[in-house]
Amino acid sequence: MTDRREFLKTLLRGTLLAATSAGVIKFMKPSEVRAQIEQSNVRWGFLVDTYKCVGCGFCVKACKLENEVPYDVPVTRTWVERYVILKDGRVLADTPMGARDGFISAEVQETIVKPDEITKAFFVPKLCNQCDKPPCVQVCPVGATYQRADGVVLVDRSWCIGCGYCIMACPYGVRFFHPVYRTAEKCTFCIHRLVKGMKTACVDACPFGARQVGNLKDINDPVTKVILTERVGVLKDEYGTKPQVYYLGLDETVR
Amino acid sequence: MEDVYVHGLEWTVKELFTYPNEFIYWSIQIVMYPLMTGLVAGAFVLSSLYHVFGQKDLKDMAKFSLVFSFALLIAAPMPLMFHLQHPLRGVEVFFTPHFTSAISAFGIVFFTYSMIVASEIWFVYRKYFVEQALALKGKEGLRNAVMRCIYRALTLGAYDISEKALEKDEKVIKVLAGVGIPVACFLHGYAGFIFGSVKANALWMTPLMPVIFIMSAIVSGIALCMLTYIVIMEWKKFRIKTSRRPWEVTAEEVGGVEIDLVRKTSKYLIGFMIAAFTLELLDLVFRGYTAVKSWDILRSVIYGKDFTNIFILQYGLGNILPFILLLLPRASIRRTVLALCLVLFGVFMMRWNVVIGGQAFSLTFAGYMHYNIPILPHNIETFKEGVLGALLIGIMPFGLFWVFNRVVPSLKYK
Repeated sequence: MTDRREFLKTLLRGTLLAATSAGVIKFMKPSEVRAQIEQSNVRWGFLVDTYKCVGCGFCVKACKLENEVPYDVPVTRTWVERYVILKDGRVLADTPMGARDGFISAEVQETIVKPDEITKAFFVPKLCNQCDKPPCVQVCPVGATYQRADGVVLVDRSWCIGCGYCIMACPYGVRFFHPVYRTAEKCTFCIHRLVKGMKTACVDACPFGARQVGNLKDINDPVTKVILTERVGVLKDEYGTKPQVYYLGLDETVR
Repeated sequence: MEDVYVHGLEWTVKELFTYPNEFIYWSIQIVMYPLMTGLVAGAFVLSSLYHVFGQKDLKDMAKFSLVFSFALLIAAPMPLMFHLQHPLRGVEVFFTPHFTSAISAFGIVFFTYSMIVASEIWFVYRKYFVEQALALKGKEGLRNAVMRCIYRALTLGAYDISEKALEKDEKVIKVLAGVGIPVACFLHGYAGFIFGSVKANALWMTPLMPVIFIMSAIVSGIALCMLTYIVIMEWKKFRIKTSRRPWEVTAEEVGGVEIDLVRKTSKYLIGFMIAAFTLELLDLVFRGYTAVKSWDILRSVIYGKDFTNIFILQYGLGNILPFILLLLPRASIRRTVLALCLVLFGVFMMRWNVVIGGQAFSLTFAGYMHYNIPILPHNIETFKEGVLGALLIGIMPFGLFWVFNRVVPSLKYK
């Protein structure tokens, strides 16, 4: 018969032993495990040629249909912005319904713009930047969002608790709550298509080749070649997120 | 057709150029959450002022605020449950904490802190539990039997209430209260960190955020404890006056103890109010002086759209006016109650202006979003993230305290 004091002592000893042996085991992040098993030779990146975009919105339509984001809601995985810079210096911009139906009105931000007032105007497609340092992954409290070895950031719908911290953390506003699943939702670069050797839905839908997806680790990939040889820009690099969507002809007024 | 619900669409009004996915995702419950954890931290710090720093004048307040802080603590995670899109998955924070996230610390900090508060209460009331368990022995009636069972369980089998044992208890209480202060500050400081570390949000991102949160937390906690204390004491006085039975004390005696304690506690309140206000002003001045890229839109929000919320409601009504009311000599209970209500309102507005104000402008820096809080709910979302949900959360700690106080009476005024 052990008395209480001795029982507590044994308990303490056991706890210490368990704690130290647990310390010997190295805890690894899922990405570390993957890195040890396979060195990925793929890093997906995206190239947007803003000179080629006409704002038709086919990419948005295609994305919604491909990825089952309800058609008639304002949230969307990808969208197109219209920028109109007037001669008086004003910058007007809009993206009605994410440009799902294109831009069919000359009205921007409740202003009817006359052609002779415009000094320049252009369209800018947006999607997830699949950042090298994704702040959304950093802030997820349960690890429901994660980065694949090929750089694509995904959300586990079966594990997301719906706190919205990742939505707050993304400087690009690409995340939202899925209207049906009610979990964090984002552009996945159509990874389910990429792994089958296909292009993303938006790339396939673009009639003008304004959107391209490619493997940044392959220097012979046409996308990589453009990024390596031409003058490209990225969005909001001041946040240190290292975005991997590159833009040709990016204007300083683009937000 | 599946149920389609765009979170935030119902209460967000967009203006000028915003991204299509931007809405007020963090609404009233995220205002309530730091408010509640703040009250927890504040109430605990108040009780520790007596236990650790030996502020004898706070002895009566210390017991009450300790038990009240436990009631608040149980209610504190409730706003999160109301906020989560998948509340039943909330426990995952404990199962698979992702430690690069500020929120993941929640499980650890919350449980550590609960443990500290619970064990401190146990040590404070151990003698009482034993006495009750012994006194109720052999007494008849179901109520007595149930209470005896509860007290017997609460003693945890430790019946030694010799002077030596009680002395040891005192020492343990001191240690627990001492350890509890940094943990309480951490519990709330990390709530500030959750906001302060969001680099995408120009209003939130400042290293001052956790410190500002802690200071305003202590302010709100002390104010709520004082207010609750006054209400309970007034109720007691009322009962003494209206009952025919003779009481051990007269209403005048109770009133004397009450005003004395309230005046003493308000000194601490004023001190922390100065600290909170100074830090907030520093933050504002610094933003204006450095005027980085985001300042244009921030200025238009702070001095334009949110001017009433920030300068009139928060600083004016919530800080400066109660500060004057508390500083004027010969404070009466009535005046103090008014000041305390204003202080609590000011802290609520501070949380509001941080959480909602931080989402009042778009990530484009070229558009705005306005939050129309749902008043009358027409579905579960507008209930949870509307006025009624917030009120329910606000009432909860008082109900819990009423229950706890049945078992651990914290309002002995002698």
